[in-house]
Amino acid sequence: MSEYNFAYLDEQTKRMIRRAILKGLAIPGYQVPFASREMPMPYGWGTGGVQVSAATLTPDDTFKVIDQGADDTTNAVSIRKFFEKTAGVATTERTAEATVIQTRHRIPEQELTEDQILVYQVPIPEPLRFLEPSEVETRKMHALEEYGLMHVKLYEDIARHGEIATAYAYPVKVEGRYVMDPSPIPKFDNPKLEMAAIQLFGAGREQRIYALPPYTKVVSLDFEDYPFERTRAPQDCGLCGANDSYLDEVIMDDAGRRMFVCSDTDFCRARREDGHQGAMAAAAEALT
Amino acid sequence: MKDMSPIDRPLLQVAGLSKYYGARIGCEAVGFELWPGEVMGIVGESGSGKTTLLNCLAGQLAPDAGQVLFDLDGIATDTVTMSEPERRRLARTDWAFVHQHAADGLRMNVSAGGNVGERLMAIGARRYGDIRTQALDWLGRVEISGDRIDDRPTAFSGGMRQRLQIARNLVTGPRLVFMDEPTGGLDVSVQARLLDLMRGLVREMGLSAIIVTHDLAVVRLLADRLMVMKDGQVVETGLTDQVLDDPQHGYTQLLVSSVLQV
Repeated sequence: MSEYNFAYLDEQTKRMIRRAILKGLAIPGYQVPFASREMPMPYGWGTGGVQVSAATLTPDDTFKVIDQGADDTTNAVSIRKFFEKTAGVATTERTAEATVIQTRHRIPEQELTEDQILVYQVPIPEPLRFLEPSEVETRKMHALEEYGLMHVKLYEDIARHGEIATAYAYPVKVEGRYVMDPSPIPKFDNPKLEMAAIQLFGAGREQRIYALPPYTKVVSLDFEDYPFERTRAPQDCGLCGANDSYLDEVIMDDAGRRMFVCSDTDFCRARREDGHQGAMAAAAEALT
Repeated sequence: MKDMSPIDRPLLQVAGLSKYYGARIGCEAVGFELWPGEVMGIVGESGSGKTTLLNCLAGQLAPDAGQVLFDLDGIATDTVTMSEPERRRLARTDWAFVHQHAADGLRMNVSAGGNVGERLMAIGARRYGDIRTQALDWLGRVEISGDRIDDRPTAFSGGMRQRLQIARNLVTGPRLVFMDEPTGGLDVSVQARLLDLMRGLVREMGLSAIIVTHDLAVVRLLADRLMVMKDGQVVETGLTDQVLDDPQHGYTQLLVSSVLQV
């Protein structure tokens, strides 16, 4: 612990990141450039989220990390350990107990409160990037609110697939102004972006931070005749029987057996502890 | 299509337009008026400042001196001094720009329908069905068969790409079209078809257009009036037939006599 400054980054860096966060909160959805630091992990492993978490954490915080909803995957475990070691903060897997939650690609099923901060890891912060490669041009488009191009992407989806096939990183408009990439969360989570908690987005490689203050209006883009639709696998969770959570498909063998389970492991565990049982819970128990 | 009844003022008034590249002249002291429904050709050899002039007119290049007054609801507005958001709005509503290379004017990784629909969506169209219908209509008008609507321009021939670029530009019903060598790089039979199409569209929609080209046949077919440029200066102006059949300036005479008579 004594080898590191609290939460790994030095205080000047944390102040710089906090200034970017405050600016991001003041202009919801606007991508604030910041001087992203080298972190002791590769780009793509959450360096942006880790820096935002480091600048946000206080010694009294309880920290939770999820990767695709799960607390026990490599990315989540290693980032949790990183902050246990460098910040010495308490960590938890329970959503309700956490004050800062760093997430990759999911919003927890359980509704967050005003006392919590949700930190997203963002690979590509620019929603217009795949249609307009020039950064100069995309910045200009944001500045002048020229967002027609975003609908070209949705048009292409419908033309090719008969529906808006974008299933994750679904573009949203924030407070009627900035179009924002909500990071690669499934579009199932998009309606949850209007929440009580502060949401911070960090992109390490791209050196951008953006933010959503609590209760910010967030609208998923769509066409009048092809409205935004929230999608999930039409199954119940095999373990806890939930019919309203986002599900992962798990291949069980090479003979076509599969099961659908909640992607939010904490949510699923809590339900099972409450006595809920899915159709395959007994079979899964037998496997372990 | 357009309300053309009271033509009592020019659409575009240009005065003293100059652009310098350091000590060299891009174009110097160019002035003219363009009236609604009129097609003007700018001819001259490579390096004579045609494209510089066109880019200055279309707001893609900032001129060093001069005015470009565009008629906006009866008020002649200087597009050189207007703010960039206004100019960009103009560029996707009242103006259109047809590039020499279709790849510069199209989104090559977006389907033909998406290319045509982009300007509609940029000005607020949010009904997929309507966008699709308009895109199909415009593909038809530029003689691209409807079943190619979901193909990308990369799968199109040069002539088709150019026609798609024209459809993409005209879908919002602009009043002024800038064209930079629209037939450059196409073989003659494809050129002829494209010229025929453009002539039809210009007449039908009552478009005003400024066409930059070094091909005298193109202006003979399309342009009402002609401006001849050399070394950044306008050396001769007049009605197309008058300039081409009775050239006054020595350079124009050279230009006209350089065309091979087949």
